[in-house]
Amino acid sequence: MKTRQLNGVFVTLFASIIVFLFLYMTVNTRGHLSFAFSLRGQRIVPFFLVGFTTTVSTIVFQTMTQNVILTPSIIGLDALYILLQTVVFFVFGMNHVLATNQQLNFLLSLLLMMGGSIGMFWLFFLKYPGKLYLLLMTGLILGTFFNSFSQFLQVIIDPNEFDSLFSRTIASFNRVDITLVNTSLLLALPALIYLFKESRRLDVLHLGREYALNLGIDIDFYYFKLFMLISLLTAVTTALVGPVSFLGFLGANIAYKVFNTYRHSILFLGGSLISIVFILIGQLLVEHVFKLQTTLGVIIQFVGGLYFLVILFKERNG
Amino acid sequence: MMDVQNVTKNYGQTVVVNNVSLPIEKGKMTACIGPNGAGKSTLLEMVSRLIPQDTGHIYLDGKEVKSWKKGEFAKRLSVLKQTNQMTVRLTVRELVSFGRFPYTKGRLNSKCHEIIDSSLSYLGLSELQNRYIDTLSGGQLQRAMIAMVLCQDTDYILLDEPLNNLDMSFGVQMMQTLRSLVDELGKTVITVVHDINFAASYADNIVAMKEGQLFASGPVDKMITKSVLDDLYDMDVEIIENKGKKYCLYYIN
Repeated sequence: MKTRQLNGVFVTLFASIIVFLFLYMTVNTRGHLSFAFSLRGQRIVPFFLVGFTTTVSTIVFQTMTQNVILTPSIIGLDALYILLQTVVFFVFGMNHVLATNQQLNFLLSLLLMMGGSIGMFWLFFLKYPGKLYLLLMTGLILGTFFNSFSQFLQVIIDPNEFDSLFSRTIASFNRVDITLVNTSLLLALPALIYLFKESRRLDVLHLGREYALNLGIDIDFYYFKLFMLISLLTAVTTALVGPVSFLGFLGANIAYKVFNTYRHSILFLGGSLISIVFILIGQLLVEHVFKLQTTLGVIIQFVGGLYFLVILFKERNG
Repeated sequence: MMDVQNVTKNYGQTVVVNNVSLPIEKGKMTACIGPNGAGKSTLLEMVSRLIPQDTGHIYLDGKEVKSWKKGEFAKRLSVLKQTNQMTVRLTVRELVSFGRFPYTKGRLNSKCHEIIDSSLSYLGLSELQNRYIDTLSGGQLQRAMIAMVLCQDTDYILLDEPLNNLDMSFGVQMMQTLRSLVDELGKTVITVVHDINFAASYADNIVAMKEGQLFASGPVDKMITKSVLDDLYDMDVEIIENKGKKYCLYYIN
């Protein structure tokens, strides 16, 4: 893509973000503009943060696995998060401090997800270096196990508690606790900045493991590092708004189509902006069309799922 | 100068490379031959540090391969593998530019562009430089990969069966290119070759492997003989001479 075209696309993306942000802030304020601003303004940082974390982690993950239909959720972190929430509600009940105290829940979720992934990757990168797909398979199987176990508990849980648990397991910006945003920023920003800086090295990974080695990249250690960063970003996002893996999938795949480049610096920025546009449109729909009767997670799953099918059919046809 | 000393590699119970020792002459083309499963590719992978050896030592210019810094090693030795499946859409020029990564970490300067240009023209790819690699023929892609390796500007170039998927005429072109890398640019080329006549016609030295062990090694003249080749392949090989070059006939056995 030529530089002029590229600038055009970025300008369009920035402009649509500004337009939708303006709409989001001003639609239906019923004259209480400052009240709406202070209430809605709180969500802007999470919108941008989640747009970046999901998209960047998905793109890195897809480059590492050389597969554009995988998302980091395959390593089972979302499932682990849902299992944790389910176990807390099942064992302690919905009024226990672990369920009601957002900060405590956030920290516990984060610790568990990070602990789980550090343990798993450490084991794999020590014992089976280079066996990336074995690692993914193990993650997939564990994730399925966590999901099945969660479902089992959810079936026998008290219906009232299930109702309140269910809202935890679907991604939503409506429940974002503003006090968690700073912690999330503190954790995610350094990882994001590091990955942006690494974009040229990440470009080399497109050539595959052996050529990356040939070009002087210490590939096994590098993969370990990238996996840790992806886990951190996924864990922060999931603990903040719930499982949103399809959002990163949408942003990443549309960015591949629109920018038609291998360069991570462009894909990171472009894909993240696309995701942010999706979040803003989705949130507008949730708040003003569906009157909070649904959550952003449902809309993203719906749109993302459709797009996933489209890509699958296209791949099948060659 | 490369030196391989008592190198062994096991996969589980199977010994793939067994106690191989050999020196590799600098500034020459060395062809590695032998039956399927003899451990040629594995040896090449160990020498190029793609996989670690279980025991033994490999030295590059007097320093053990393991102790080289990865970034520095990539400026001294490059390797081209058998399969070149790229999932990503790149132009030929973008692919070749990756060869400069060890030097400038992806930030191409004017010197890089010069080297990229000369590598492209050396392999006759200047016309094709803006084509996407998924539109190339097998031979063109193979040449583009060689151009990338050339762009890496290393003293040592290792190739694993570069003649795969190439027809007769491209095969000859490829070997001529490798030969000129040695003669004109002073590179050391080490290549695994299956077609023994290509090895006999273009290489300086031949390394023969059989069942994971070094079977024999030496200059082409000493190696392309009936006694060596019969035992190496367990076949009846006939050697003929034409215009001072030796050729092996083995098609009807």
